[in-house]
Amino acid sequence: MTTDHRLVAQQLTLGYRERTVIEGLDLEVPPGQITAIVGANACGKSTLLRSLSRLLAPTHGQVLLDGKQVHRLPAKELARTLGLLPQSPIAPEGIAVSDLVGRGRTPHQGMFSRWSSDDDVAVAAALDATQTAELADRPVDELSGGQRQRVWIAMALAQQTDLLLLDEPTTFLDVSHQVEVLDLLTDLNRSRGTTIVMVLHDLNLAARYADRLIAIAGGTVHSSGEPRDVLTEDMVRAVFGLDSQIITDPTSERPLMLPLGRHGVVGSTADGRRSQ
Amino acid sequence: MTISTTSSTGTTGSTSGSTRPAGADSLRSSRRSRVVWLLVVVGVLACVAVSSLVLGSRQVGWGDIVAGVTGHDTTIAEAAVAKRVPRTVLAMVVGAALGLAGAAMQGVTRNPLADPGILGVNMGASLAVVTGIAWFGLSGAQSFTWVAITGAAVTAVFVYAVASMGRGGPTPLKLALAGTATTAAFSSFITAVVLPRGDIADSVRSWQIGGVGGATFDRILPVVPFLVVGLLVSVVSARGLNSLALGDDVAAGLGERVAIARGSAALGAVVLCGAATALAGPIGFVGLVLPHVCRLLVGIDHRWLLPFSALTGACLLTVADVVGRVVARPGELDVGIITAIIGAPFFIYIVRRQKVRAL
Repeated sequence: MTTDHRLVAQQLTLGYRERTVIEGLDLEVPPGQITAIVGANACGKSTLLRSLSRLLAPTHGQVLLDGKQVHRLPAKELARTLGLLPQSPIAPEGIAVSDLVGRGRTPHQGMFSRWSSDDDVAVAAALDATQTAELADRPVDELSGGQRQRVWIAMALAQQTDLLLLDEPTTFLDVSHQVEVLDLLTDLNRSRGTTIVMVLHDLNLAARYADRLIAIAGGTVHSSGEPRDVLTEDMVRAVFGLDSQIITDPTSERPLMLPLGRHGVVGSTADGRRSQ
Repeated sequence: MTISTTSSTGTTGSTSGSTRPAGADSLRSSRRSRVVWLLVVVGVLACVAVSSLVLGSRQVGWGDIVAGVTGHDTTIAEAAVAKRVPRTVLAMVVGAALGLAGAAMQGVTRNPLADPGILGVNMGASLAVVTGIAWFGLSGAQSFTWVAITGAAVTAVFVYAVASMGRGGPTPLKLALAGTATTAAFSSFITAVVLPRGDIADSVRSWQIGGVGGATFDRILPVVPFLVVGLLVSVVSARGLNSLALGDDVAAGLGERVAIARGSAALGAVVLCGAATALAGPIGFVGLVLPHVCRLLVGIDHRWLLPFSALTGACLLTVADVVGRVVARPGELDVGIITAIIGAPFFIYIVRRQKVRAL
């Protein structure tokens, strides 16, 4: 099963007050794929994601979902197609896991309609997929960081949207939980055909898990495409201002970026100058 | 790992087909316990209402009570009971309004310290009414209510704006500080307005501390439509408050129009505060205490929390009124003083317990 919702940004300019963060950006999200947005701190990648998910109205240009401006679409209708998980969301004190995941059903419920068996099924499937079913009765406050993130993803899954946008879903997680979360999102993409767009900090995890990378620099798209075409030494230098060496990851045959700092590299001298 | 069910049409996969969906049981059991608590709270409210008719600075017998309630007031005892009927109704109505408004305010601001008294909203309503009485010859319950609601709304916006200034936006403590400072300032203004006016000082004073003693049905009835509107707006906002509790971004992601959800819940609360203040003066702490108690009883779903806060608010204010009548026989303590005695330690407890994180 694949979905063919088209999310497109045209000549997008974004900013807060007079500070412009993104300027004249064009972007097309490939349906049914995993797209990772990468870039340096404060390059505007989270701002871009906020705008794609209608949290931030553009100063110029537009974000179109199937040809319609996301900011003009009825909020509930949009929420049944496009889900969103912000960076470090807050859970109200004392909320139980099943309750939080159930909140993902909000856009499917009317003003006074009761909880339906569809809702039960969707919540159960979401708990199941994220392996959080055994946590269902626990308060979210008591969970570890990795468990909590899985619960939030379960909430987004219960929403049953064809598009899912995530802002740094692996922040504050240790490496095993990062892999776990990205595996889970890949499962979701492979089995449901959910289109996934996420901001990721870790270039190597992005290259490994994404079908497509979008590198943001200078307020616009520096390069985009398959990881092997985007993750290059030139790109890392231009976007992050860092010298690096790219090798092929023997475990995934995806590109792997090795940063070349002043220290810790074979042949670097005591004062941190590289001898070549 | 596989995802067993995918479509929203309700096909069940291998895992959820054979067993009951996870989480469904707990949802069902919590619903049962909520219904039990509902019966308990309604029962308590009934007892409280009866005790409010029975107890007072004058001791009466059961015969007097029956007679008083059914409209006879030939003896002093019967008349005393007859006077307690509107007073009980007023305490229940005002308490319900304040409890509900407090729960809604805590939801809107995601602030565990939010309360119509602490955020200065009641005092704003009060200042508006006192100014109206002193300078514009305001009289009559209905015009009191309009003016009080306007004062409450202006104050709510003002306090929220002051607390939003600076870094970090309207944090719980900044909101509480802005509200408390506003309350202190408005309270001084009220004194300044009333002090030179010996002609109105008495009527304003009893009303201003928060009193339900002078209740008559003539005063209550004109305010009822306002209370009903505030109640309806608040209850309709409950689902929006549930989404807002997850943060504005998640709420928007769930298809909530955040500004509208917040605005409508705030409007409902402000109308309730204004109406309650118009009836009984600025009463604090009812809206602070009960939402916390009710969260322990029925959880954080606002569709249950708001009605429960209203019911328990009615209980608390009626009890406070009864206590005020009994402890200072043959005189009476104003109900606002009793709620402050109960509420102030509770406020300190909340601040200490959770280091005031956002809800």
